[in-house]
Amino acid sequence: MSNSDEEMSRQPQPLRFYQTGTFTAGNRLLDPARRTVQASLDRSNTLTSGHRACQGCGEALGARYVLDAAMRASDRRLIAVNATGCLEVFTTPSPETAWTLPWMHSLFGNAPAVATGVAAALAVKGRRGRVIAQGGDGGTCDIGLGCLSGMFERNDDVLYVCYDNEGYMNTGVQRSSATPAGARTSTTPVVGDRGGQSFGVGKSLPLIAMAHRIPYVATATVAELHDLEAKVSHAMALHGARYLHVFVPCPLGWGCPGDETIHVARLAMECGLFPVFAAENGVVTESRTIRRRVPVTDYLRTQKRFAHLFAETAAAREALARLQTLADDNIRRFALAEVAP
Amino acid sequence: MIKPFAITLGPGSSRSNHTGAWRTQRPVYVSRLAPCTQACPAGENPQAWLFHAESGDYRRAWEALVLDNPLPAVMGRACYHPCEGACNRGHLDASVGIRGVERFLGDLAITEGWALPVAAPPTGKRVLIVGAGPSGLSAAYQLRRLGHHVTMRDAGRQPGGLMRTGIPRYRLPRPILDAEIARILALGVELQLETPVDDLQSAMRDGGFGACFAAIGAHLAKRVDIPAADACHIFDALSLLSDVEAGARPALGRRVVVCGGGDTALDVARTARRLGAQESLVIYRRTQAQMPAHAEELREALDEGIEVRWLRTVTQLDPGQLTLEKMRLDADGRAQPTGELETIAADSLVLALGQEVDLTPLARVSGVRFTDDGSVVVGADLMTGCPGLFCGGDMVPATRSIAVAVGHGRRAALHIDAYLRGTTLDEPVPPAPAGYERLNTWYYTDAERRRQPVLDALRRQATFDEIHDGLTTDHALLEARRCLSCGNCFECDNCFGVCPDNAVIKLGPGRGFAIDYDFCKGCGLCAKECPCGAIDLVPEDI
Repeated sequence: MSNSDEEMSRQPQPLRFYQTGTFTAGNRLLDPARRTVQASLDRSNTLTSGHRACQGCGEALGARYVLDAAMRASDRRLIAVNATGCLEVFTTPSPETAWTLPWMHSLFGNAPAVATGVAAALAVKGRRGRVIAQGGDGGTCDIGLGCLSGMFERNDDVLYVCYDNEGYMNTGVQRSSATPAGARTSTTPVVGDRGGQSFGVGKSLPLIAMAHRIPYVATATVAELHDLEAKVSHAMALHGARYLHVFVPCPLGWGCPGDETIHVARLAMECGLFPVFAAENGVVTESRTIRRRVPVTDYLRTQKRFAHLFAETAAAREALARLQTLADDNIRRFALAEVAP
Repeated sequence: MIKPFAITLGPGSSRSNHTGAWRTQRPVYVSRLAPCTQACPAGENPQAWLFHAESGDYRRAWEALVLDNPLPAVMGRACYHPCEGACNRGHLDASVGIRGVERFLGDLAITEGWALPVAAPPTGKRVLIVGAGPSGLSAAYQLRRLGHHVTMRDAGRQPGGLMRTGIPRYRLPRPILDAEIARILALGVELQLETPVDDLQSAMRDGGFGACFAAIGAHLAKRVDIPAADACHIFDALSLLSDVEAGARPALGRRVVVCGGGDTALDVARTARRLGAQESLVIYRRTQAQMPAHAEELREALDEGIEVRWLRTVTQLDPGQLTLEKMRLDADGRAQPTGELETIAADSLVLALGQEVDLTPLARVSGVRFTDDGSVVVGADLMTGCPGLFCGGDMVPATRSIAVAVGHGRRAALHIDAYLRGTTLDEPVPPAPAGYERLNTWYYTDAERRRQPVLDALRRQATFDEIHDGLTTDHALLEARRCLSCGNCFECDNCFGVCPDNAVIKLGPGRGFAIDYDFCKGCGLCAKECPCGAIDLVPEDI
C-alpha cells in the first residue's frame, strides 16, 4: 500500500466515502448525528400538513426547515411571531392552523417590534424560551424595515428569519425591493422588448443587517439543507439580534413547475446570483463554495419571469450580460469560487 | 376544545383539510431494473449485493451474490464485466468497479470459509450433468439447492473446463478455482472424472436420470490447411494451454507466432513469453477494430511486450521461417488477399482460429437439431428437441463467455426442476429499466474510481504469478459506496425531507417510506429530488 493509502486508512473516513455525504437529508450509512433534523423521525413538524400553500411552495419547506431546527436547538421552547404574507395566510385560515408551536400574527410591518415585546415579557416573567420572528421579503425589506432596524439597533434577543421569494406573492406577485433585476412582476411588467425590474434599484437585507453589526447574519437556501440547519443551530446558540435570510423559490410567482423548487434554488446558488455566507458582528466569517458553477442563463432559463431576457434583442442580451456581471461580482466579493472567476 | 385565554386556533388543526384532493398526479415508490442487473449474463443483481457491501456487511453481500452465481472469486477475475459497461455511474465519472468488489467478496468468502446455501430435502429425482465447466457447475449448484440428486461427468482429469484449461494461471490462480469448485461439490455432487459420454440418450436412460444438462463446451479447434514441412512445429492453442496446465513445457523455440485475433490467441502469446520465448507475435487477418479479443486483454498483452501484426495471414510454414500474406479490407470490411508476401523467422506456429462444438454425443439423439455453424438448437427454456435434454454454455448459439455459461446453468437448472415436477417455468418479467435520466446525480459525492494494483511488466513476463491484485478492504468499500443504487431506494431520507406538505411517512430503518395520500398535493418534488429515481409520478384518474 502506498503511503497516502496508509494515511487514508488511519484517519477517520472522510465523508466522501459515503454515497451521498451531506448532500441528502440523511443516509443509512451516515452517523445519525450527521444527518439533518429533517431526516429524523422525531422532528417537530412545526409546520404540519393541511396548509394551503401552492404545490411545491419553497416557503412552506423553508419554514419547516428553519423552525424544526430551531425547536431542536431550543428544546421546543420557542415562540413564533409572523408578519402578514403568504406564510401567515396559507397556514392560518381561521379556524385552522398548520402550526404546532405558540404562534402570533403581528401586523405586516411590525413583527420585529412584537417579537421584541415577547422576548421582553419572557425576561420579565423569568421564563425560559426563545423568540423567532418571521416574514417575507415584502414585510421585511420594505414595510418592516423600520421596526427591524430598531430591533437590530437595540440588539433585542430575537432571531428574525426572512423568507425571500423576491416579491409580494400573496397579493398577486408585485415587486419588492428584493425582486431581482430583470424579473417580470405585475408591477414591473414586460412591454415590447423591455421590462422587468430595472437595474440599479433594490436592497440587500443581509448587507443592511451586517451594517448594524449584530451578532449573526446569514443567508441560506432550501437547496442546502445541512447548511441551513447548521446556521439555525449556530444562531440559536447566540443571544441578541440575529438575522437569517432564506432563499425560497415561488413556483407560481416565478413561473416554474412545482417540482423544480429545489433545482431552481440550487441553480441560483451555483451561478452566484444568491451568495450563501455568514457574518458575525458585521464581518463575513464563512461562505459556501460553489460546487459546480453554471452561467446565470442556466438559472434564468428555468423561470417564465425571465423569459423576455431570452429574446434575440440587444436589450435582452445586455440585461443578461449585466446579470452575469452581478453574479461574477458576488463570487468575487464573497469568495464563492475555489479559483477566482 | 376549550381554549385558554387569547388562543383562537387549535394547533395542527389544519389536518382536517385533506389537501390530497388537489392532486392530478401521485408519487409511487418503485423498484426498477438497475442497468448492471440487466446486463449481467449470469443473472446476478449487483445493485442488490452492493447494497450490503456498502455497510460493510460483506457476508450478507456474498450470500446475496451466490444465490445466482456460486463462482464470484473466479468471475471477479475472468469475467469481462458487461455490468461495468452498463453502469450508470459511467456517465458521471467512471463506472463502479463491480468486478473488483465481486472478487473481494469471493476471496473473503474463501478465507473466511463461508458456506453456500444448504440443499433442500431430497426430491428423489436424478439429474445428469455432462461437462464440469462453469455452466455445468452452475447447474449442479442450483439443482443441489433444489434438492435433486446430481451426477456430473467430465472427460478431463480435473473439473473446471475452460476455467482450468483455457484461462492461464496469471489470470486465475488454481487454488482459488479449486476452492470454489470444491465448495459446490461439497453440497453433495457425485463427480465422475475421466468419464466421457458418447451417447447422451443412452446415458440418460441407463442411469435412470429424469433429465440431463449437457455443457461440454466448444473444445475442438477450427482446422485450417497450411502447407508445412514435416519438421515444423504447429500447435493448436487450446491443446497447448491445456498441456501447459497439465505441467508440460512444450518446445516452442525462441520465436513464437500465434495466428488469430481472440482472447485465446493473446493468452497463448502471453503464455509463450512466460515459457521462455523471446519473441511472441500475434498475427490477425483484419485490424484492431474488428479484433474479437477484449480491449483490456490486448492492452495487457502489449504491456508485456507481445507484438501484434494486423492484416496478415499465414500461407506457408517452413523450418524456422513463416510466409505471411498481407491482407486488405474491402468495402464490406472483409479481409482480401493482396498477393504481397513477406517472410519472418519463426520457430513455431500456434493456431488460435476459433473453437467448435463436438456434437458426437448428441448426434444420435432423436429430436435434437443443430444450426448451420455447428451449435445445438435450444428453446427459451434451454431444452433441446429431445424432452428432458437441456443444453447450455458454448454449445448453444450465444455469446461465448464464462458469465453466459453460468447464466445458462442457472436457468437450465430452474427449467429442469420445473420439468421434473411435470410443469413449466415462466421466467419472471423484469421491472422497467432504471435509466440515467431518472437519477438526480447532484446528491452523489465526488469519488474517483479505485484501481487494482497490477504486477510490473518484468515480473509478468517471467512468471505465472497473478497479474492483478485485489482491491484492499477500504477500496472495495469505497467502490461499493460509489454505487448509485439505480432505481432502488437506499434510504437517503430526501423524500422525507423535501415534501413541503409533510406528506411522506418514514417507516423506520430498513422499512422505507410511504406517502400520506390524504395530504400529498402531487407537486412531484419527492420524485425530482430522489437521487436514485425510485419514485414514479402516476397520473390520477380525474
